Order: sequence, then structure tokens, then C-alpha cells
Amino acid sequence: MILFRAIVIAVLFIAPLAAHAEVRIDITRGSIEPLPVAVTEFHGSNDQERQTGRDVSGVISADLERSGLFKPIDKGAFLQTIESLQIQPQFGSWRKINAQALINGNVRVQPDGRLKVEFRLWDVFAEAQMTGLAYFTRPENWRRVAHIIADAIYKRITGEDGYFDTRVVYVAESGPHKRRVKRLAIMDQDGANLRYLTDGSALVLTPRFSPTAQEITYLSFFNNRPRVYIFNIETGRQELLGTFKGMTFAPRFTPDGNSVLMSHAKDGNSDIFIMDLRTRKARQLTTHSAIDTSPSGSPDGKQVVFNSDRGGSPQLYVMAGDGSNIRRISFGRGRYATPVWSPRGDLIAFTKQTRGRFYIGVMRPDGSGERLLTESFLDEAPTWAPNGRTLMFFRQQPIDRKGRGGRTRLYSIDLTGYNMREVVTPSDASDPAWSSLMP
Amino acid sequence: MRFKFLSLLAALLLVSACATEPEESAKSSGKGASASAPSSSAPAAAAPAVGPGAGTKEDFVVNVGDRVFFDFDKSDIKTDAVSTLNKQATWLERYSRVTITIQGHCDERGTREYNLALGNRRAAAVKDYLVSRGIAANRIEIISYGKERPAVLGSNEWAWAQNRRGVTVIRGGTSS
Repeated sequence: MILFRAIVIAVLFIAPLAAHAEVRIDITRGSIEPLPVAVTEFHGSNDQERQTGRDVSGVISADLERSGLFKPIDKGAFLQTIESLQIQPQFGSWRKINAQALINGNVRVQPDGRLKVEFRLWDVFAEAQMTGLAYFTRPENWRRVAHIIADAIYKRITGEDGYFDTRVVYVAESGPHKRRVKRLAIMDQDGANLRYLTDGSALVLTPRFSPTAQEITYLSFFNNRPRVYIFNIETGRQELLGTFKGMTFAPRFTPDGNSVLMSHAKDGNSDIFIMDLRTRKARQLTTHSAIDTSPSGSPDGKQVVFNSDRGGSPQLYVMAGDGSNIRRISFGRGRYATPVWSPRGDLIAFTKQTRGRFYIGVMRPDGSGERLLTESFLDEAPTWAPNGRTLMFFRQQPIDRKGRGGRTRLYSIDLTGYNMREVVTPSDASDPAWSSLMP
Repeated sequence: MRFKFLSLLAALLLVSACATEPEESAKSSGKGASASAPSSSAPAAAAPAVGPGAGTKEDFVVNVGDRVFFDFDKSDIKTDAVSTLNKQATWLERYSRVTITIQGHCDERGTREYNLALGNRRAAAVKDYLVSRGIAANRIEIISYGKERPAVLGSNEWAWAQNRRGVTVIRGGTSS
């Protein structure tokens, strides 16, 4: 069943740019003091509206807090009531509690049953509205509206696109380590609306979203034949990709969504192929006797970064989209793997292994400017937020001889190397993939 | 106040119930597989008076040895693996209807996708050796599990050495 929901947006007021310096966060800086922000409960005129108003405000506040860029002020400190805010902010009372930005809004049930959710973002010191929008939607869609509002606030204050109206697909792990049960799981970026897409009867690994976030490509050991599949989220349909003899693995959509890059292993040799999803024709991009795997396309579609041990140890290589002009880009000490091109095109994230430790790092596409962001016993599999400013990965703790330990969870960290947080999941979790902003 | 209206469509993505997939059929190792002695890939077999019936899966695991081990990030057949594989080849020659699957496995000290490729290379190395000893290639399938199915638990060198392995699993054609 396919259901479409319209979220209609109305711009409440386009504020002229204030003449003086307005509230702004430069997210390219490393350690920054989070911006104190007052996120008030959205006004309602009956119980349902008030409840939704509280819920929406809670989700916005949690999104902004998790970004590490904002510090929501305790609601107990607020001096102005929600009712009086409906008329006009008393900026002096917000300055008293050191709020630099103020967010208010209201929720109204429309005659047709839809919700109208309206918000305004105020610059407290300039005493000016920075943005204001209204959204019309079905009541069950309130969470998405809250994320969309948080994205609008993030964008207005940082100048960058947000990443709150997004989802994460990952592998949910359970059972003993020798016979791990792995299921595809999908959730909102904040952990809400978790659902399992497969039942665990077949081992599944490395899910990745299509650019529209409607499909997932992944590896399944269905019938003991490890092959790349495509899962359609709307229909629940799973489809084998291609008719390869031998294992296909390490799939990833190209950024235009028209093809899937993947590895094919034949007689012990793994090479990279690209399959056109319209013609279903596969083309071989690498022909080396070494391992070639983990391909990831550049956003402009012109290049592919991949992992190969052709130089004697696993390193990162870049080639043109047709497989020509292969050159090595990683030259640091250690082993490099799982390269992923940033959606902005400016960086490649990777897993690095050296001296018994694992790291998540980034480098420029020419291999320069390597920077390591995390370190542990086992960090692996970075995935980018759609704005290219935050990464998610998984971290596994060591296991002892009795099988204790081995906790495996998802974490996010900013490109600056700050603001590392666990992405809370109800069970062990690995192989995260971050979606683009939802269409 | 002026209102400017925009609209955008949001697809509500509904996911149907989990698709059903059959249980994995292959066990990751024979039940008699020994993982207690790091270096003994070939258990001493002095023709026990009471033991597994000749030509059975148990016979293969106990009296021949179903696995060989690899060095870190390597897939070449080590000298101490040769005697095990020679015995496997002899046994497979005698029981010529038996078909096998060779599993390639890795330790946890590598990334998932690279290890899938490495496990495939290890399984192929075992297959190539058995074929070089006269076993028909069409009796042999290979599968890589990467680091997904460790034989031994523990984040230590000894466990990792046990997990970097190629395991020969009887698929069919035994008398029992």
C-alpha cells in the first residue's frame, strides 16, 4: 500500500536581514559554546492541541540539543507565559535568562482534521523574527513536522542544511556471538519509529539507502548464497540484483540513484562492478587480481573511491567512473578501508587500522589532510549525514573467552571531532547508513 | 501579514511485514570439530576401535580434520595445513560421491566487506589445493562468511588465529 501525505508549508513572515550582527553559529569551528535557546511548548487551545504542542516542542528541543550546537534552556526558568507569547515576545524577559534565540509556535486542529503547526524563531537581542513557517499535516505526522521545523531552525542559524528529517537503516544484532542473528532495522534519526525489515532467518549485512531513501541495497545470505539485494521500503519487496555466479557484496547506490556499485567475487578474486538499474546490465570496472571492494561514488558521479590490497595491504584508491585512471590516495601508516564519499564532495571518510586500534577518519579526495576523529578497539563503517557535517559509525567492545562483552552500538560524531554520542538502539547495532533528507 | 504558500509532498513509507527467508542450513562447523589445541589442525587418528563410521561426516571431522588456518590477512596454504588437506584429498578420493562446501572465515580484526573478500580468497585457496590433488572442481563449492561466524570467542591473538580458517563441510553424498 502506498500512502502519500502532503505537508503544506506557509511562510509566515520573511524578516528583513537585521542590520546588526544576528544570531549565528559557525559550525566549521571545533569546540564551540552551544547557543542558549528557549524552545517553548507550542500553544494549543484544547487538550489535544496542547499535548501535540508539548510533543512537537520536545522533539525540536531534543534535535537541537543532540546537534551539540544548541543548549535548550530549562523550561522552569521561562518568565513569559505561552499565552502571552502568542501576542508578542517580551524580549527583556528572555534576555534575563540569557536566551539568545527563542522558538514559539502553536498547534491548531483544522476543520478537516488536519493539524496546522506554526512556529517562529526570534533573535532575542535584535528583537526580530528570523523565520516563521506553518505546516498543515495529518495528526500522526507530527514528528516529521517537528524534525522539519528543527531543520529550518538549524539552517537559519548555521547557514547549512539540517539533518533531522532523516532516517537510519542498520543491522540489529542479537543472540550469541558465534551465531549472531542479524536483521535490517530502520528508524528515524532520533531513534523513533523503529521497525525491523527482515526477520533474522537469513544473515544480512551492510544496508545502504538509495538517494530518495525509498530503497535499500544490502547483502543477504538467503539460501546460503551471499548476494546483493534491493529492498523496497514501500512494498516490502526484496529483489535479487543480477545473475552473478559467486558472491556479490559491498553494494552502494550511486548518488544519482540509477546504478548500484558492488563487488563480485569469483574464484577468490573480488572486482568492482556497476549495475545500471534500468537496463540491469552490469559493467566490470576493475580487473585486478587483488581484492577490490567497498566502492563509493563521488556526488558528481565522475569518480569512485574503493578499497584494494593491490599494493600489498588494504588501501584507498580513486578511479574514474568508467574504471580508468586508478590512483592510490592513502599513504599513512596502517590499513585503510570502507571509504565513503561525503555528500558535499569535499571529503572521504574511512576506517583505519593501525597498531591494534581502529579509527574513523576523513581525508580529501586527493588523499591530503587526513584527520582521525575516533579511536577504539573496533570502530568501523562511517556514514555521512546528508549535510556532510556529522558522521555515524559503529563501535564494538572486545569479547572475552566466555562470550561476555562485545557490546556493539551506533555512535555519531561531528566532523570537527567533537560531540560524539551514542545513537540509542534497543539491541546491539552495526552497519549504519544515514538517509538523505526525506523527500 | 503576507503569506506565501509552498507545498511539498511527503511519502509516508509503510513497510510491510518482514519477508520470510529460510533458515541457514549449513552449520558453521562439524560438531566434533576441535578448537582446543591451537596448533593441531590434524588430530591424531590411531584407528579407534569404537568411532565414527567410515565415510561419514563424523569420520571426516574426527579422523581427517575439517579445517586449516591462515596467517593474518593471508590466504596462502601454510605448510602445517598441507598434511590436513592431503588427508582431505585422500578421503575425498575414496568417497568419490561426496560433495563439499569450503567456508572461508576471518578474525574480527578487519572491516566487514574486506573480510568477506578475504574469506572468499581463503576458501578458493583451499579449493585450488584440493583440485590440484585431483579432486574434481565440480564437487566443491565455496562460501565466505568474513568475520560473521567465529569458531572461538575472545578478542585475543589465540582466538583470532583459530578464527582465520578454511572449513571443509560435507554437503552430500555420504553413505549415512
